[in-house]
Amino acid sequence: MTAELVRGQNHPLPGNRLEIRVSAGTPVVAAVTLGDEQGRVAGQAGADRQSGPAPGREWLAHPGAPQLPGVEVPKQAAAEHRLAVDLGAMPEPVHRVHVLLALPAGRTGAPANFGAAPAPHLAVTTPDGAAIAGYTVTGLGAETALLAIELYRRHGAWKVRAVGQGYDGGLPALLLDQGVPEAREVAGEIHEAVVREQSRSVDAPLASTAPAATSPSAGLAPPAVATPPAGSASGTDAAPDAPSAPPGRVDYRHPRRRAATGAAPATPPTPSAPPSPQSAAAPPVPVAGDAGGWTMEERLHNQIWGMFEDLARTVAAYRSAEDFAQSRYDQEMDALLADPRTRGGPAAEVARDEAMLKQVALVDQARAVLDRDLAQLTAESEVVEPALPPAFAGWENPTWHAYEVPEQPPLAVRLGGLTLPEAPELRIPLLVRLPLARGLWVDSEEDRGAAMDVAVAIAVRLLACHPVGGLVMHALDPAGSAATVLAPLYSGGALALPPPAAGAAGVNEVLARLTERVDLVHMAIRGGAADSLPPGFDRAEQLLIVNEFPFGFDDRAVNQIRYLADEGPAAGVHLLLVADRDDASAYGPVLDPLWRSLLRLTPLPSDHLADPWVGHAWTYEPALVPPGSQIVAQVLRRLAAARPAYGM
Amino acid sequence: MTVNMTKGQKISLSKADGGTLTAVRMGLGWQAAPRRGLFGSRTREIDLDASAVLFADNQPVDVVFFRHLTSDDGSVRHTGDNLVGGAGQGGDDESIIVDLQRVPVHVDQIVFTVNSFTGQTFAEVQNAFCRLVDETNGQELARYTLTGGGPYTAQIMAKVQRGTGGWSMTAIGTPANGRTFQDLIPAILPAL
Repeated sequence: MTAELVRGQNHPLPGNRLEIRVSAGTPVVAAVTLGDEQGRVAGQAGADRQSGPAPGREWLAHPGAPQLPGVEVPKQAAAEHRLAVDLGAMPEPVHRVHVLLALPAGRTGAPANFGAAPAPHLAVTTPDGAAIAGYTVTGLGAETALLAIELYRRHGAWKVRAVGQGYDGGLPALLLDQGVPEAREVAGEIHEAVVREQSRSVDAPLASTAPAATSPSAGLAPPAVATPPAGSASGTDAAPDAPSAPPGRVDYRHPRRRAATGAAPATPPTPSAPPSPQSAAAPPVPVAGDAGGWTMEERLHNQIWGMFEDLARTVAAYRSAEDFAQSRYDQEMDALLADPRTRGGPAAEVARDEAMLKQVALVDQARAVLDRDLAQLTAESEVVEPALPPAFAGWENPTWHAYEVPEQPPLAVRLGGLTLPEAPELRIPLLVRLPLARGLWVDSEEDRGAAMDVAVAIAVRLLACHPVGGLVMHALDPAGSAATVLAPLYSGGALALPPPAAGAAGVNEVLARLTERVDLVHMAIRGGAADSLPPGFDRAEQLLIVNEFPFGFDDRAVNQIRYLADEGPAAGVHLLLVADRDDASAYGPVLDPLWRSLLRLTPLPSDHLADPWVGHAWTYEPALVPPGSQIVAQVLRRLAAARPAYGM
Repeated sequence: MTVNMTKGQKISLSKADGGTLTAVRMGLGWQAAPRRGLFGSRTREIDLDASAVLFADNQPVDVVFFRHLTSDDGSVRHTGDNLVGGAGQGGDDESIIVDLQRVPVHVDQIVFTVNSFTGQTFAEVQNAFCRLVDETNGQELARYTLTGGGPYTAQIMAKVQRGTGGWSMTAIGTPANGRTFQDLIPAILPAL
């Protein structure tokens, strides 16, 4: 069983004889310090040791002095190291064995710091290569030396702990922190020893690792092996396949995001070699919530709007370039045809081909830029979508299965997805702020049944996004044609209100109640007495679903609906109309302002929504419940179950 | 290091280390010249406006000014209208940020202009300058001073243009007359 450790985590060690395998993807220097019970390197035993070195130094194994009792380190910098450790051979006072890694100073082509190098990985194995624990040191930046792991003795048993402490000041700072006397001199010695060894070394490790350090896939391929460990990755196996990774190494990267994660560590330019334009332009890996805001919800909301704007603008750039290419081509052709001398003959052919080539070349260029931007936005969408809270997520998102009745209404709700023809796969959530500033109109012109399904899905979503009792729903269905679709809303007790009476009587009764409410709230607000509404006044937001408007409506009721559409949102009364505009044509142009004031949604994809920046026509798709899914019933059950806790 | 540009001078926008600029900012700053006379302490407010016109093959395709703060493609952004100037006391009063990587492929020149919206001539403006800043690190690349301006109400300041080796900037400095950029298009065309 391999344990992949996180920073600070420890893991018991089964035996005393161990091997520590370091793979860093770039040449590093490995060193080991031994510490006493307090972790200090300079043990008391040091003073009366036989040979010369100053106290403390004999508990430090480094390339200049590679051997200590029970441990030996390599003499040179390499991308892969194998340190043999025998804990049984450690002197009695030793309680800690620290494994240090440092980047060799002053090498051309080598990363300037660990932030620019692939994340080093350490594996603790038994001598025959069975993995015990692994640790990838991540989150490094400007550090050039680090304390990677420590083995420590606790109550007579040895354990390994993932430390991953980096030092901006490099080896001197690290050694000083360890309590090594004359840390600066010792660091100098280590450096000298590495340089000496490098010049002597035959299989110059630099040559074999340099391509790995600069190629964008540095983080993916198994690190070039200076001293190939038997039976594990061979140097020729450059394919980033998981099986070729050293034993004990668990690859947590998303298989489809490999290129992006691999490019990131290679991106920071080294001072000596200017980076290839490709690696300099490598976009950052998108992260969910990468936007301003006080809460994760707000950040995600802002990020989605940022993606929306970026998609609108990047497509605008593409379309304008394409239009320009076409108009230039047309102009050039017109000019050719207008002049009788250039109209025919081989010269005209050539000119025509040239114009065509110019147009195609420009469109290709624009397409390449668009593809680059779309790939980035798609990658962002792939990380953002799974991170969305229920209010922002589609019904197919698993987050709905973990739905809990919220304490607070969310910032916004998702009413559907928006796409552009250039990127039909890239769906931007259409988020609308709560409380709704304008009513919603589901157009039933094409498909009445589907329109009511959309309306109910929206109603359930709004209900689920409000705390218990925060939203009261009224449904007007004078003809009763939507009774089956509305039924789940009334079953199970998620909705407190009984269905209104059918026909005009029911319509008038509900409308009168809501109109009175809006009047009352407005009166109270204007009078500066919003806190002295009559006792028993229901302060919840109200949502009125109207099916088949204006069926069953007389002139008075139509006027009331118009009043609610205009004045309702400010007083907490919101409209959700399911209507076909043609049905209401008998009222003449009187209702035109009503339609315009509502946000039109369609049960089938339709390109009628414009963005606020460029004004593209976006294809709207409603947020529909996947066929056969029980998610709506489940959410309504949760809502109903939560009611008694609030005394409702 | 900043270059004090003179009319017609051209500088390359590739960086010393071989990289190319990714974002530049055109900053405009000015102060109203104090008037002498009976109410000499009262300075008249002067509203200068910075605009950027995007050209493709010598045809204007988009414009960024105080009524259209971001180009449709999002590559050129105006940070907002300043009606009085001098607020920054030497800092930029209006800025236009150009994300050179996002500029659509067909746009090959971006011309920056300054107009006096309130109609005063540049003779009444003092400490006016226009400068080009590397937006990624705030370093000033080029500065062009307007002071000593004559009896005209607009100036075509500079252009950045796309070449084979990346973007370059040319100081134009042609005086013109006009209230907004629309009046300037005829004056811009010869400079392309």
